[in-house]
Amino acid sequence: MNEVSLWTGFWPFTPERFAIWVGAILTLCIYSFLYRDNPFYKFAEHLLVGVSAGYWALIYWNANIVGQLLVPVLRGGVLLPLVPGVLGLLMFTRFFPRFAWISRYAIAFYVGGYAGLAIPSYMQARVLAQVHAAMAPTVSITAALLLIGLICSLLYFFFSREHKGVLGGASRIGIWFLMVGFGASFGYTVMARVSLLIGRMQFLFRDWLGLIR
Amino acid sequence: MRREIPLIITFVAGFVQLVDFFVPHPLVANAASELRQWSVIVIAASIVLGIGNLLRIHLFERIPRRTAGWPYSIVLLAGMFAMMITGLVWGVGEGTPFNYLFRHLKVHLDMTMFALLAFFIASAAYRAFRVRNWEATLLLLAAVIVMLGRVPLGSLLTRGLPTALQLPVVTEWIMNVPNMIGFRGIMMGAAMGVMAMGLRIILGIERAYLGGE
Repeated sequence: MNEVSLWTGFWPFTPERFAIWVGAILTLCIYSFLYRDNPFYKFAEHLLVGVSAGYWALIYWNANIVGQLLVPVLRGGVLLPLVPGVLGLLMFTRFFPRFAWISRYAIAFYVGGYAGLAIPSYMQARVLAQVHAAMAPTVSITAALLLIGLICSLLYFFFSREHKGVLGGASRIGIWFLMVGFGASFGYTVMARVSLLIGRMQFLFRDWLGLIR
Repeated sequence: MRREIPLIITFVAGFVQLVDFFVPHPLVANAASELRQWSVIVIAASIVLGIGNLLRIHLFERIPRRTAGWPYSIVLLAGMFAMMITGLVWGVGEGTPFNYLFRHLKVHLDMTMFALLAFFIASAAYRAFRVRNWEATLLLLAAVIVMLGRVPLGSLLTRGLPTALQLPVVTEWIMNVPNMIGFRGIMMGAAMGVMAMGLRIILGIERAYLGGE
């Protein structure tokens, strides 16, 4: 019965049906790792690395090298993008140990830029906005919990004094909030993974084998 | 020359981004925006460098030397070239071979690899969730409630209870209050770390990113 179902699923041959078969075989190759590491899993794993590398390289190439460098320089006659183009080329000196230090110029450029960008944006979005949200001007148990919990959680990370007395008590309450947070995140992650697993099972049993509708 | 120029580049690149936040002048805004555009090109070049490194390791080292598992290097390179060549020749839009490979190879492999984690996360949970003390109990309870609250079973089990005690409602509360408190504390602590590190980098105190010598 299953054999008939499989062949009806494969024939007549179309690119979509071929793709479903390839996807199903690769899915099984990856799940074979649940038994132990084996050549089928290694095949799928290396294919994933290669395909991902090729995918991202092309996306970056098209969007940034072609879109921001080659098109403006060659078609628009703008010469300024040549500066980062040269900096980018300097990165390739890493292949020659004698000249590898030159690549520091490019690394320094984007590390410095990111550091400068991160300071105000982190201060604004991850400190001030969070303090503002934690100090909501409403009187409720939730609002009080949000403020007291945040202070206690932050006190747990205050290591300049020994955690004894009031500081010890507050940091202990902070740990409780952190533990609930970790547990909740763990549960959330598990459910996300299980939902992906259900998706894969649906693909195998519905799209490939046609056993469920 | 080897260290001083990179430190100057870091300072200038970081300082311009910092000043852009505090000085709302078009001259500064234009300079900062141009430098951000440049960073995008330099980062794209580093992705191309990564591809070059993959080629060096697999095509010029592992395959010619027939090191253990070298046939998998061929699989990796085949996947990478397939994506890059199809993308370069036919483009990356809807209905192109690149898009076909993305939908039927990369998406399947990615989803299955992430879904595989469901099994390992379950075995990790078994080890981590032993009730040893009060904190571990909180972790366990939060995770179990969130997991049950996200599936129909959770709502079925607590159907007869008052609305505030039903698992989906409790889950929502855990995610929005204790989970939020814990992660707000961690986020603020991490943000302060990023800002401190950013300042150290811009001022040239932190130099680890420049490597040895």
